[in-house]
Amino acid sequence: MEIHAYEKLWLALALVLIVGFIGTITYGAAGAGIDMIDDKGGTVDPTTLDDHPKFGDPGIEKTGENQYDVYVVTRQFVFEPGTTQPIRVPEGSTVTFHVTAADVIHGFEVVGTNANTMAIPGQVAEFTVEFDEPGEYGLLCNEYCGSGHHVMEGKLVVMEQSEFDSWYEQQQQEEEN
Amino acid sequence: MATASQRTFVDRFPDEAAVVKANFLVAFVALGIGAFFGLVQTLHRTNIVRVIDSADYYTMLTGHGVLLAIVFTIFFLCGFFHWAIARSLDRPAESKLFSWAWFGLMTTGSALAAIAILGGLVPNLGISADVLFTFYAPLQAHPIFYIGLAMFIVATWLAGADWFLSYRVWRKDHEGERIPLQTFMVLTTMIMWYIATIGVAVSVVFFLIPWSLGLIPSVNPLLTRTLFWYFAHPIVYFWLMPAYMMWYTILPKLSGGRLFSDPLARVVFLLFLLLSTPVGIHHQYLDPGIAEGFKFIAMTNTMFLLLPSLLTAFTAVASMEHGARQRGGEGYFRWLGALPWRDPAFTGMAFAGILFAAGGFSGMINAGMNINYLIHNTLWVPGHFHLTVGTAVALTMMAGSYWLVPQLTGTKLYSRPIGLLQVTMWFIGMVFMSNAMHRAGLAGIPRRTAEPQYQNFDFVTPIGSIFELRVQIALGGTLLFLSVVLFLFNMLLTSLGEESDRPVDEYLPAPLSGAEGSPRILDNLTMWTGIAVLLVILAYTLPVAAIIQNGGGLFGGGLPVPATISAGLDLATTALTGAVNTLVGVIA
Repeated sequence: MEIHAYEKLWLALALVLIVGFIGTITYGAAGAGIDMIDDKGGTVDPTTLDDHPKFGDPGIEKTGENQYDVYVVTRQFVFEPGTTQPIRVPEGSTVTFHVTAADVIHGFEVVGTNANTMAIPGQVAEFTVEFDEPGEYGLLCNEYCGSGHHVMEGKLVVMEQSEFDSWYEQQQQEEEN
Repeated sequence: MATASQRTFVDRFPDEAAVVKANFLVAFVALGIGAFFGLVQTLHRTNIVRVIDSADYYTMLTGHGVLLAIVFTIFFLCGFFHWAIARSLDRPAESKLFSWAWFGLMTTGSALAAIAILGGLVPNLGISADVLFTFYAPLQAHPIFYIGLAMFIVATWLAGADWFLSYRVWRKDHEGERIPLQTFMVLTTMIMWYIATIGVAVSVVFFLIPWSLGLIPSVNPLLTRTLFWYFAHPIVYFWLMPAYMMWYTILPKLSGGRLFSDPLARVVFLLFLLLSTPVGIHHQYLDPGIAEGFKFIAMTNTMFLLLPSLLTAFTAVASMEHGARQRGGEGYFRWLGALPWRDPAFTGMAFAGILFAAGGFSGMINAGMNINYLIHNTLWVPGHFHLTVGTAVALTMMAGSYWLVPQLTGTKLYSRPIGLLQVTMWFIGMVFMSNAMHRAGLAGIPRRTAEPQYQNFDFVTPIGSIFELRVQIALGGTLLFLSVVLFLFNMLLTSLGEESDRPVDEYLPAPLSGAEGSPRILDNLTMWTGIAVLLVILAYTLPVAAIIQNGGGLFGGGLPVPATISAGLDLATTALTGAVNTLVGVIA
């Protein structure tokens, strides 16, 4: 086939660009270990979330030294926890989030970060985040979920360790009572 | 030159011109209404002028998306393809009645969907479809929304059949000839569309219509979402292909020259046929329930899909440079000054191409599986697609109309200066709106929301201020709306003008490198279709099987039906369910 010399050069450069992009992403996934949302979170029956051992009373639980699991239920138009109570995590911790939806598809975005996932009824999104410094982050739903979509927001608070510990202990006691 | 080519399209093909005009009319009405909704939204969500409730914002947003991205673009495409088939095969359509039939079905389907959407603005009507362009279940629309959509899709299939029929009849008299380039482009685009629309057809007919009528209790939300994206990434190329066809076959002529390479144009369209569909999962990088490996395959295919667009960029610029040199342009860059910048058809397409390059770069970010996490579902995304479908496609279509519509009406364009002002306003308006949307997305501002700010936190942007971004978005959106008004005004007065013997120079010169320099296998459409289907099967079989298996089967796990349907409809569906049950009972 007749291809002009400049066109061949352009074609070669385009292919280099494409292979380069694929290379950086492969490196990001395999080398730098950037966590992707996938199917590891498993599934859950959205109609019986209230009876679920974790999603029935969602929140934070300690799983090891500086290791925590956070369960979040999204529903029109709240994050549980997140909206009425902030999601609280300690500084310097590694937190694995498990996010699902009770009614329609929602989004779970920690504003200004790449902690961002879809929440789909029946599916559990699982991803791990490391929190260094104390601070506050906004939380919002970034998937249209109905007429009140714009009020679906919340807060994520990274607390100082001692402050978090006393809060966590109090939570545990309240649950036992 | 034969006298036939001296006559205008409407003189040679009056029946086809009527069908094309009818398609353009529906497209332009949708453009006007959709752009008006856009104006209301841009002023509302930036908090500059508020005339609607925030809850109604989503009704208007659904209308904006469906009217512009489905009705405007696809009606324009159908009109344009109908013109291109008659022109490039040099024969009328086989059946006038059939052409009007698909046009009628398409219009009826659009009207039903539009009624369902606009019903959301009328309280107590009980009809609404506030589900946005993506209609993700379990959000539910009124059944006539889905039924209208299904009719629309079937009508596009019939339109494609119309063009394939013309080609088959042409082929009988032209044994061994290469497929004319414009026909080749129409046929490859339609094959891609047939493959792609299977996804939405299955989703709507087997799941969403029965579910919205209450015949089945629930759907598998991840399955219908995946089927939507199976369809809705290739739709991007369905929008884009008419624009590319104009850049390949009309823009070189408007520049004063001819197309650089016919063989490369064919290769580009074949690459789109092969790669457009097995990539839809790249819209679902953040979806749980889909393994990372499947996302990686979609990402790789997506990156290779850059290739035909990069080749197009080369050909478009090379053809323009050739045209400029034919017009006496010289130097490395000075030739740019020799291009016909006073012609709105040329200038509009050139502007569209420039902004498409910017949109291409932001698209590369979207395609990057990891960096996408930063911008997924933020304002970055509408910033991106207002450059692609909103400019590369929409502005090219408007610019192309300045050259096409006079061929259909037999009248001269009402005003070239107004046309020039219009395309320039679109360019400037889009630069304001889109750069601000991209930057707002980086600050984490979400897309598809009625409110500019939240209670718990403030958005922060590293450069400039959030207020400045809002002002840019509102200003840009307003300029875009005014640009549409000017366009529609110009089109209206053009169609009302006096007849002219030769309203526009319609002649399209042959390419510099013709089809004879390319292997004949490029024209073997059956083989390419087979490969395209195979790629789709490879990319989708395993993910879809996993989604069905893990997501509670084909119909999900008994999700409740949202109570958005009025009592009147409940009555109707109860009756219908009863009738179906009785029928099933009788058959059994």
